Amino acid sequence: MFGSLPSVVRNHVAALRMLLVFTVLLGIAYPLAVTGVAQAAFSDQANGSRITQDGKTVGSSLIGQSFNLPKKNPDDAEEVAQPDPKWFQPRPGGYDPLVTGASNLGPNDEGLVKTIKERRAAVAEFDGVAPEDVPVDAVTASGSGLDPHISPEYAREQVERVAEARGLDAAAVRKLVEDHVEGRVLGFLGAERANVVELNHALTAMK
Amino acid sequence: MNDTLAGWLQILALVGALALTYRPLGDHIAHTLTSAKHLRVERFAYRLGGVDGDADQKWSVYLRSVLAFSAVSVLFLYAFMRLQSHLLLSIGMPAVTPGVSFNTAASFVTNTNWQSYSGESTMGHLVQMSGLAVQNFVSAAVGIAVVAALIRGFTRRKTDRVGNFWVDLTRIVVRVLLPLAFVFAIVLVAGGAVQNFHGVDSISTLIGDHQSLTGGPVASQEVIKELGTNGGGFYNANSAHPFENPNAFTNWLEIYLLLVIATSLPRTFGRMVGDNRQGYAIIAVMGVIWAASVAIVTVNELHSVSSQAGHVAGGMMEGKEQRFGIWGSALFAVSTTLTSTGAVNSFHDSYSPIGGGMTIFNMMLGEIAPGGTGSGLYGILILAIIAVFVAGLMVGRTPEYLGKKLGGREMKFASLYILTTPAIVLVGAGLAMALPGERAGMLNTGAHGFSEVLYAFTSAANNNGSAFAGLTVNTDWYNTALGLAMLFGRFLPIVFVLALAGSLARQQPVPATAGTLPTHRPQFVGLLTAVILIVVGLTYFPALALGPLAEGLS
Repeated sequence: MFGSLPSVVRNHVAALRMLLVFTVLLGIAYPLAVTGVAQAAFSDQANGSRITQDGKTVGSSLIGQSFNLPKKNPDDAEEVAQPDPKWFQPRPGGYDPLVTGASNLGPNDEGLVKTIKERRAAVAEFDGVAPEDVPVDAVTASGSGLDPHISPEYAREQVERVAEARGLDAAAVRKLVEDHVEGRVLGFLGAERANVVELNHALTAMK
Repeated sequence: MNDTLAGWLQILALVGALALTYRPLGDHIAHTLTSAKHLRVERFAYRLGGVDGDADQKWSVYLRSVLAFSAVSVLFLYAFMRLQSHLLLSIGMPAVTPGVSFNTAASFVTNTNWQSYSGESTMGHLVQMSGLAVQNFVSAAVGIAVVAALIRGFTRRKTDRVGNFWVDLTRIVVRVLLPLAFVFAIVLVAGGAVQNFHGVDSISTLIGDHQSLTGGPVASQEVIKELGTNGGGFYNANSAHPFENPNAFTNWLEIYLLLVIATSLPRTFGRMVGDNRQGYAIIAVMGVIWAASVAIVTVNELHSVSSQAGHVAGGMMEGKEQRFGIWGSALFAVSTTLTSTGAVNSFHDSYSPIGGGMTIFNMMLGEIAPGGTGSGLYGILILAIIAVFVAGLMVGRTPEYLGKKLGGREMKFASLYILTTPAIVLVGAGLAMALPGERAGMLNTGAHGFSEVLYAFTSAANNNGSAFAGLTVNTDWYNTALGLAMLFGRFLPIVFVLALAGSLARQQPVPATAGTLPTHRPQFVGLLTAVILIVVGLTYFPALALGPLAEGLS
């Protein structure tokens, strides 16, 4: 059909036709097949590992959330939201899945150094511990800006404050934290951690 | 278990898994590239595509097919993004701007996957899965096809034919990439990666705030993003995003996937040239460089070397995820920059000066340890040719590699290959630093700011795609300059590789004599490693001295 065209044109027509073949195979059939199997076999994971409460989705166990007090003036973009003492606090960050990413500040950036010092002082005062005891994950922002996890140390540090703010028995809250401390995957992959969203979700069930 | 032991086990498990895959996958790819039989589905594809599956192409025809396929792909992707608001599944995203569309089309077709956009706020599901993810497959297959032609240059004699591009491309997709991608996509979903067609779901959080949960066919794209050493994230946070990389196991698996094809290809090479020891020598060089790089980055990150922020914070966790920790982040960072992947699970801009500098140096090595799918192997084979040539100069005889003489013509192509990428990197970074507007795109100041610009051009020209992401690159100038750097950095070397393949295939092999340099012994492994480090070191030392070295020493 294209026999009469110059070879350079024929070559590009063949290239386009091959691309369309691949687009159908790899761009439509393949993702649909993966989606089909995923939804049939692992629908919970495939849909974002959602956490529900009273039948309503209240988050994903993979995506961190902010646990701040309401702003005094919700329309004031300048006002910095303050952490709510009744909740376990995540790592610093905005937790907006529409704006993911890191600070990208360099290892010797003066602004970053200053921010870390401020975070350390603020967390120490908030949790009532010595500044040098505040763990590293409490003063650094994650790569995704959505990190749902904190270190077990940071979770333990927050027990007294949460228990007091909620009028709960500190021992019971401490047990809840220990129940939520996850070891390394298969014993050796990654780091130990506690999931703040799951921890706080469990907290809502405590009387 | 303490952190150090766990970190070591993680690395050893990775090396063990790759070692177990080396022979079966390498042999399978070799069989795929040499088998005389077409599968029925492949014949059907050739018929639909209107190509002759039984033709054997000259190197120039092979090259024209590569370039035609890539040119059509760039135009197709560009149009796809410009028109996305009129298409299905756009989840409300407007048309992508011309600058970003050009940059992204160049980026995905060249296996770079540099991203000057944020996926979650720019690309609809259809563009992601039917545009970008398709290129994740085929751009990886193009790299393997090109190295297949080069290997045939060594194995064939007195012919001007180096294989059939359409057959190589189709077979690699159908017999290698697609089956692996399908299986591991399901594994990723089982681990927690999402795979759905939801738009943005607005939910009420535990404290009653609004949060927008994103969806998408993520796992199917994530798996080929790693397997094909592409690296373009569905979301801006890339493999740091919990929906792309939910836990430490998927993290380990993604590192394995981004290394597995490139580390198995030396076996394919050894198998096709009929001497498996040649493959062992190449993988040994790759392994030595990779291991050294893992050690350097991990140590610098663990000890916050020369980082004030790290010392004040008590560790280098800025830009890293708690679930991966330092070890899992450093291992990923090294593997992604030594291949042409460029996916990130932590943000290199906030790495320690030498740790971050090492990720730049990894790319400057030309991504050959083990490198991108196919491109890593052809890159290191060019350097092997240079090493053999250097050895030949020392003893004053015409060098030969695998029985093929390396004369003036062959060395010209090898030299041009070696010179292309540094020229693009250094000219590009130099121009950006000379222009005040472009200089202002740096987020950080001083030496670290320069590193951001150097990283960008190194990443683009080497088709990596990772970034010191503080740099503001979504401007017309950077979109255009980096887009051109990616295109030239991909296709000029391919021109030289295929020309070299044609030149080698024409020769009658010379028999090995007592004076022939053996290229499968530890001696050659040492020689090749030294040549790689010296060539790259001399080329880039001044630029590195202005950026990461200056920062690390100050």
